[in-house]
Amino acid sequence: MADQHIVRQFDEELDEMRAVIAQMGGLVEQQMANAIAALGRRDDALARRCQEADAEIDAMEDKIEALTLRMLALRQPVALDLRAILAALKIAHDLERMGDYATNVAKRASALAQLPEVGPINGIVRMGRLTHSVIKDVLDSYSEPNVDKAVAAWNRDQEIDQMYTSLFRELLTYMMEDPRNITPCAHLLFVAKNIERIGDHATNIAETVYFQEMGTRLEGLRPKGDRTSYAVVEPPEPDAAP
Amino acid sequence: MSNTNQATAAAPAATPVAPTGDPSGGDPRPATAAAVKIKARDVNVYYGDKHALKHVDLDINENEVTALIGPSGCGKSTFLRCLNRMNDVIDSCRVIGDITLDEADIYDPALDVVQLRARVGMVFQKPNPFPKSIYDNVDYGPRIHGLAHNKGDIDDIVRQSLERAGLLKEVHDRLDQPGTGLSGGQQQRLCIARAIAVNPEVILMDEPCSALDPIATARIEELIDELRENFTIVIVTHSMQQAARVSQRTAFFHLGDLVEVGNTEQIFTNPKDSRTQGYITGRFG
Repeated sequence: MADQHIVRQFDEELDEMRAVIAQMGGLVEQQMANAIAALGRRDDALARRCQEADAEIDAMEDKIEALTLRMLALRQPVALDLRAILAALKIAHDLERMGDYATNVAKRASALAQLPEVGPINGIVRMGRLTHSVIKDVLDSYSEPNVDKAVAAWNRDQEIDQMYTSLFRELLTYMMEDPRNITPCAHLLFVAKNIERIGDHATNIAETVYFQEMGTRLEGLRPKGDRTSYAVVEPPEPDAAP
Repeated sequence: MSNTNQATAAAPAATPVAPTGDPSGGDPRPATAAAVKIKARDVNVYYGDKHALKHVDLDINENEVTALIGPSGCGKSTFLRCLNRMNDVIDSCRVIGDITLDEADIYDPALDVVQLRARVGMVFQKPNPFPKSIYDNVDYGPRIHGLAHNKGDIDDIVRQSLERAGLLKEVHDRLDQPGTGLSGGQQQRLCIARAIAVNPEVILMDEPCSALDPIATARIEELIDELRENFTIVIVTHSMQQAARVSQRTAFFHLGDLVEVGNTEQIFTNPKDSRTQGYITGRFG
């Protein structure tokens, strides 16, 4: 099969769409890296810059919506073209959410910079870096495109979830130990939750890349290592988590 | 069926975590339990020395619309014309292979071709009503086939056929007017009414909408969907959107090969063969 459409304009539109996704992914990656750095270095200025950058990511989601809507209306795409366009629309939405969560992390970083330092922050930074590397792999799997890489990244979400569970327990012990830790640790709990959500959206993107390339859904149970819902009680039944 | 499984090799090799559900792929046999109305096995057609259709295996399901798509000269119309032996009238044309209608060989020398064409009707690209009244256009078939014995029966058949073709409302007060005076879309529906008047089992349509405007096309498409309840329909179309809209199964022909056949949804979202993908997405070189 020839790679080029007979209508060259369509190829140019698809290329533009992929370029915007790549650019948007780059911004989200940067946003995530900055938010984690601001958190680890207690850098309020960086955290604020990070919060301002979110508007740009939102604007790119709008751009993807406009591009995909136009192609759906004018090109009547089918098969791999249709899947690529739907994938871009879904990925843009996931990236936008990831940008929002990263911005929330930056906001908490600003707040935490005003509070006394607490121990578990290093664990959170590690979790953030791990998530950042998953995002990078997922975005690479999109731009190459590489289904094996997408599936590998998809499986790594479990590590993020496990880290989240253990951080949750750790933060509880700090709060029990000294009530003065409660304020910063509560902020860190939200930060950890935000990072965990970012990881979930990254797995969504991996699933979308798989669908785009294979035309079938990546099936099987989503890897789930998040046990925080039952951190201090026993779960009703194994694997009954919603 | 020659190359159905090639495309899987073209897709990136992945190690899915869990087995993935594979919607029915390039199998010539239908995935559903629908009854097979027409069965074609190893059908080859030659025009003189030209091998126009190569080893085609295809099942046409009862009460389904099967769309045949492919570039010009791919053999889709040739295949369609095999199904009611329209190719018999072309001297240089030879048809080899088995085609059965309800398990009976349609190329059996003892078979009455006129009867066959009453069971397998046809609608052509350009509406071709007889230069007669609307009424006469529709009553001609039932009369020569002796399907009705008195004027009342014929009247019923004519009205019923026009009704089923969605035309009666528009023409009921001018049945004695010439059929050629109708609009293009109405003429085509008149031809469909003429085809169904002899109560066929299968209707073959060779690009029935290519001479019509979008509104008339939409009417015919709606009609095709309604007719599916009572008839088995095979349609050749150059409009892939049309194939996607009206058919349950789609077969893609290329250079005389049946490249891929599957559920229409699967063909248009996830074709298995790279040639199908290339054609339907507009990448054919």
